[in-house]
Amino acid sequence: MSNFMDLDQNGKAQAYYIWIDGSGQNIRGKTKTLDHPVTSPDELPEWNFDGSSTNQSTGENSDVYIKPVSIFKDPFRRGDNILVMCECYAPDGSPLPTNRRNACNKIMEKHKDQKPWFGIEQEYTLFDDTGKHPLGWPKNGFPGPQGPYYCGVGANRVKGRKIVEAHYRACLYAGVKIAGSNAEVMPSQWEYQVGPCEGIEMGDHLWVSRYILARVAEEFDVVVSFDPKPIPGDWNGAGCHTNISTLEMRKVGGMEHIIKAIEKMGKKHDEHIAEYDPTNGADNARRLTGLHETASIHQFSYGVANRGASIRIPRQCEKDGYGYFEDRRPASNCDPYAVTARIVASICE
Amino acid sequence: MDGLDGQTNPFLDLDQGEAIQAYYIWIDGSGQALRGKTKTILKKTMDPKDLPIWNFDGSSTNQSLGENSDIYIKPVACFKDPFRRGDNILVMCETLDHEGNVHPTNKRNSCFANMEKCKDLHPWFGIEQEYTMFDYTGVHPYGWPANGYPGPQGPYYCGVGSDKVKGRKIVEAHYRACLYAGIKIAGSNAEVMPSQWEYQVGPCEGIEMGDHLWVSRWILQRIAEEFNVVISFDPKPIPGDWNGAGCHTNISTQPMREDGGYPEIIKAIELMGEKHVEHIISYDPSGGEDNKRRLTGLHETASIDKFSYGVAHRGASVRIPRQVEADGKGYFEDRRPSSNSDPYVVTNRIIRTICLGE
Repeated sequence: MSNFMDLDQNGKAQAYYIWIDGSGQNIRGKTKTLDHPVTSPDELPEWNFDGSSTNQSTGENSDVYIKPVSIFKDPFRRGDNILVMCECYAPDGSPLPTNRRNACNKIMEKHKDQKPWFGIEQEYTLFDDTGKHPLGWPKNGFPGPQGPYYCGVGANRVKGRKIVEAHYRACLYAGVKIAGSNAEVMPSQWEYQVGPCEGIEMGDHLWVSRYILARVAEEFDVVVSFDPKPIPGDWNGAGCHTNISTLEMRKVGGMEHIIKAIEKMGKKHDEHIAEYDPTNGADNARRLTGLHETASIHQFSYGVANRGASIRIPRQCEKDGYGYFEDRRPASNCDPYAVTARIVASICE
Repeated sequence: MDGLDGQTNPFLDLDQGEAIQAYYIWIDGSGQALRGKTKTILKKTMDPKDLPIWNFDGSSTNQSLGENSDIYIKPVACFKDPFRRGDNILVMCETLDHEGNVHPTNKRNSCFANMEKCKDLHPWFGIEQEYTMFDYTGVHPYGWPANGYPGPQGPYYCGVGSDKVKGRKIVEAHYRACLYAGIKIAGSNAEVMPSQWEYQVGPCEGIEMGDHLWVSRWILQRIAEEFNVVISFDPKPIPGDWNGAGCHTNISTQPMREDGGYPEIIKAIELMGEKHVEHIISYDPSGGEDNKRRLTGLHETASIDKFSYGVAHRGASVRIPRQVEADGKGYFEDRRPSSNSDPYVVTNRIIRTICLGE
């Protein structure tokens, strides 16, 4: 960071408005000066941007409105500066098709007495600045086979830890509910977990955490990929395993609610798969092969401590007789608003 | 290498609020490699009892099968985190299987039980951890010429000068990081083979020895990451006329340390002599196979086949320091454990022999 970043701002604050673009997976953003710091998204003005540059509208009617919905402290600009998660609307006030938050918020409100909690395990892969070559992989070849990298230590086991460390600290600072992190099975692949978040919070926190990650990596000339199968062959894919519980599941004896919920979800396997990546399942088809600790995309299954199933019930929850369960199907580039809304629809409606 | 070495990390002074990061460390299925992952803890602590038992996917670490994969990690010791600083901590853990039983690769549990049995004897340990630095490939010793070998051993031990020692930055960083973390690091020196170093941890009583040594190993590998260097704990990394690496283990009990304790020392060594084969099996992670490459009788080792001891004798299995003989009390040094031995297994084996008569 240059010397200029400690300059006084004369009482003004910078708000970085973040939104999801027409791809349903890429993040865009731009900055607005605020005359004074704010503490709530309600104090922030609605803004707009040129949707024809983000696949969100055509040139003739290109203004897209961005409406602030949640704020976080800005770990890059620090001070009173903020990151602002936004929803996108068309000029007529209707939410854009890639604005999945609008419908998610409605369904979360509808079932808020069930207090649905989520925790998402976000996996990702680090690439060099071309975005094409995994960070630290040999120039003309491949690293040794998977085995020693998961949770590893050592320059020949993990690549890019600096970014992981920076991201974790930046998220804690920003107020994102980051719960943990670890090196993953494929070299240069990492995971962090966000949660437990109730309702709409899950999507807000996960999207902002993704922005922070991509932005941190910029500082190091590294590109973050959320592609769910970045390297074909005998290399793990990347997911967004989603852990879920409702109030009833968390109480003593909650296991029957867990099983009931899983069975309901099992009946809607295809509907879930359609929501679990931005391409109606096409991305996940490359990842959910039944190998590499995934279940096949074609079949729904569940089991205790079974990482080859669609849904896994943690061993501890089986022992306790209550708790939560893990849906392992969502892809690393899924939209958490779409995922959490789909889950609540299946189990609460 | 990931190309990020040398870059500063401007985010590490960001305020974390009340939350701390706890880095859970465990030994994987190889019995020698360390794994770890981070958990946010909402309230700071240095007491392992305050920390939750966690779990990980044992099928990725040779510790379970895919269908039955959750392994539990139970915090047993906390140290300050020298990388994340603040109130952040490193947490040494032991592994339990999915029924809460001691995992087969968990060697700490029985060590602790036995240390408790003989705690009135106050067994103290000091381990001399040797290791070798390699470049980021993990295959070529750090600083060795690209196509060849350095000059023969002789000038490197405790040396100074760019042509004598390689990687001192890592040694300096490691020492300071261990002191900060609360590891009982007692000393360090450059070793006989170029790019080989040693540091000593102790004196530690009982179970402490294993906890402090394992975490010191993690800190060392983690520091080396920052410099694109790989640490090898292999006991004979370079075949031929190059020294191996050990974990010479110094031992004493309260009676040995008291005036007139010398006969206790001899008694203990004689007991160990009767169990040479059992000890050798415990002194590396492969039942003695690794040590076969190192304990040749050359390069300041004793042959793996024979037990011997002597005062100031570095070619023996066990050495009694000259000063101890002069004082008539003190400690002795078992030179057999390999650099990749498990200190829980080593210290457990020793006290079973000399304190518990097993």
